[in-house]
Amino acid sequence: MGVKKREKDFTVWERIYIPEIVKGLSLTLKSMFKPKFTMKYPEEKFIPSASYRGRPVLVMENNGEERCVACGLCSRVCPPLAIEVQASETEREKERYPEKFEINMLRCIFCGFCEEVCPEEAIVMSKDYDLAFTNRADAIYGKDKLLVPVNQLYDRIEFLRQYK
Amino acid sequence: MPKFILDDKEIEFTQGQTIIEAAKQHGIDIPYFCWHPSLSVSGNCRMCLVEVEKMPKLVIACSTIAAEGMVVHSQSQKTIEARNAVMEFFLINHPLDCPICDEAGECKLQDYAYQHSVGESRFVEEKVHKDKRVPLGPLVMFDAERCISCSRCIRFCDEIAKDPELTFIKRGDRVTIVTYPGEELDNPYSLNTTDICPVGALTNRDFRFQARVWDMSDTKSICIGCSRGCNSEIWVRNNEVLRLTPRYNEDVNSYWMCDHGRVNTYKFINAEDRVKGPFIRKEGNLIQVSWEEAYSQTASKLKSFNKDEIAFIASPFATCEDNYVFKKFAQSIIGSKHLDFMRHVDPNFGDDILRKNDTTPNTLGCELLGISPNKSGLNLEGIFNGIKQKKIKAAYIIEDDLITVNPELENIFTELDLLIVHSTNFNRTTSIADVVFPSATYAEKNGTFVNFQGRVQRIRPAVASIDVDRAVDGLSLSRLDKFGTKYDSWAEKNKRDAKSSWKILTSLSAFFNNKFKFNLTEDVFDEISKNIKAFNKLDYDVIGEKGILLENINKEQSIKV
Repeated sequence: MGVKKREKDFTVWERIYIPEIVKGLSLTLKSMFKPKFTMKYPEEKFIPSASYRGRPVLVMENNGEERCVACGLCSRVCPPLAIEVQASETEREKERYPEKFEINMLRCIFCGFCEEVCPEEAIVMSKDYDLAFTNRADAIYGKDKLLVPVNQLYDRIEFLRQYK
Repeated sequence: MPKFILDDKEIEFTQGQTIIEAAKQHGIDIPYFCWHPSLSVSGNCRMCLVEVEKMPKLVIACSTIAAEGMVVHSQSQKTIEARNAVMEFFLINHPLDCPICDEAGECKLQDYAYQHSVGESRFVEEKVHKDKRVPLGPLVMFDAERCISCSRCIRFCDEIAKDPELTFIKRGDRVTIVTYPGEELDNPYSLNTTDICPVGALTNRDFRFQARVWDMSDTKSICIGCSRGCNSEIWVRNNEVLRLTPRYNEDVNSYWMCDHGRVNTYKFINAEDRVKGPFIRKEGNLIQVSWEEAYSQTASKLKSFNKDEIAFIASPFATCEDNYVFKKFAQSIIGSKHLDFMRHVDPNFGDDILRKNDTTPNTLGCELLGISPNKSGLNLEGIFNGIKQKKIKAAYIIEDDLITVNPELENIFTELDLLIVHSTNFNRTTSIADVVFPSATYAEKNGTFVNFQGRVQRIRPAVASIDVDRAVDGLSLSRLDKFGTKYDSWAEKNKRDAKSSWKILTSLSAFFNNKFKFNLTEDVFDEISKNIKAFNKLDYDVIGEKGILLENINKEQSIKV
């Protein structure tokens, strides 16, 4: 009984080697003429669909005011405690507004719970995904960075109304 | 004792008790909105409906007197359906304001909507709209839409505050609460209405929108507004005190607390003018120095005076522990005979409800500890005269802003060669002091106060400082405190460099011959209980959450205060 040295012994065809190389090269050659999936980031950017969960943003109404009433539910539900809200009183009809609204983007895990819990449709996940910081302080996004005009967020809001 | 049966359990009750009272005593919760243990029975919310056998209809447990042999069902099909129906009625016109309502999180209507309601409304019509954001008084905001007309606030003003100011007007779904013409909800107890309001109709204007209740930690404490020593709770977020609420203690303050205690006794803790470390006057200016330098310089300055040239002024705002160590420092380390404290009596402050004329929390404590001059020592008046006559050249004052109370003292104290002050905030007294030590506020330390009845009560740290760590020293933690790291803006915020006065004095004693050996507040209290007769056999466990009445004290003494 001969001892089997390998899992599988090469056939003669395989041992000749050249045909296998030709097979490989022809696959490469075929792929060169297929459509490309890669992009030249950052010159070219990938625009995700409405279902994508990028960084959370606050919805800014057309009159420049935020929808958020600072109820604090997003902050409560946030698993990594990324959101800090300080409410305050305003003269507007909705008497409460966020004096401070900060998301620590180093903590954010893009889970989308904040968006899901929001009773006012005021915080939604955007399509922004390229976030880079050089220090901790830069990673804390205040209202200035979070507020995004509602007309840029229509497709996400539409998606939420359909699937939430 | 007579008995009746509630949910198949035999329950003992005293004659005249209602079903809800007897049930509560035995730990069975019958839901209610309008009933309050300290107020008269109104019976208008219908939430406490229960089934009593042999009665034709469901009855309200809050006004039905329990009777021998009664068989009551609080969990039967009929009662559950009735509760659901009552909740449905309440929710017809209650607005969906929870996201902007301060009561959210401690709202009875929210809780019961989960527990006793199927959570669906069959009402499709427009809700009734009423006035929102109506200031009923300087401290209370009213939202008529949220009101469920339980009348607790009205009954509170009539029965507890003894100042009828509120009433219902109109009927049916238009019913609302207003103040009487020309009146405002401005009695000295008005904020209690916001506590007893089961919904968010009455909210505290002082606290409005400051924080969500679930974001705060709460710590059992004592109000320092007067010698009643109302049991209170300190609510803290981001290491900042945001509100005080009363804590139930039938023997002291029942469920209540006055507005002065609630609004005016915490702001100085968060204030900007807190003393942020030890200060020593150099070339006319107060300069911040290290603790070591402050101790050694203070000690050498004190040593340069004759022991009879130094006067010690303790404080009824400080705890028993602070005053005891202060007295010990004065008598056994310095050997001075001049020791006294200033009483703060405001004849216009007290009333027949809770407030007392003595506006400090610990006057009786100071008396019991013997904060008074030795036989040949000088009392407060004597000390002031002594300063004028240059007999007293140095003074050591803890935790009392004497000059603001009596501005004439400023001229007297400037005569001193050395003025050492322990203070929480910069004030008129510190402005002429030579050494200022930062003392911890009542929300940053452990200790005890003795109220006017002779009841010893505990305070506990609610705010973390450099000296008191939130986790290590067992302070109550909010969710944010538990999971924060030092990189989070909220976690390390506002940690102040302040210490209890007894700790400062203990460290200072190391520079003299006779060093104190106190490590914990408990050590100080142990020594107090050994040395002071009134405190015999007491410790913090015995005092507990509700305090304990001192038995060994002269009754006249407590009445005098």
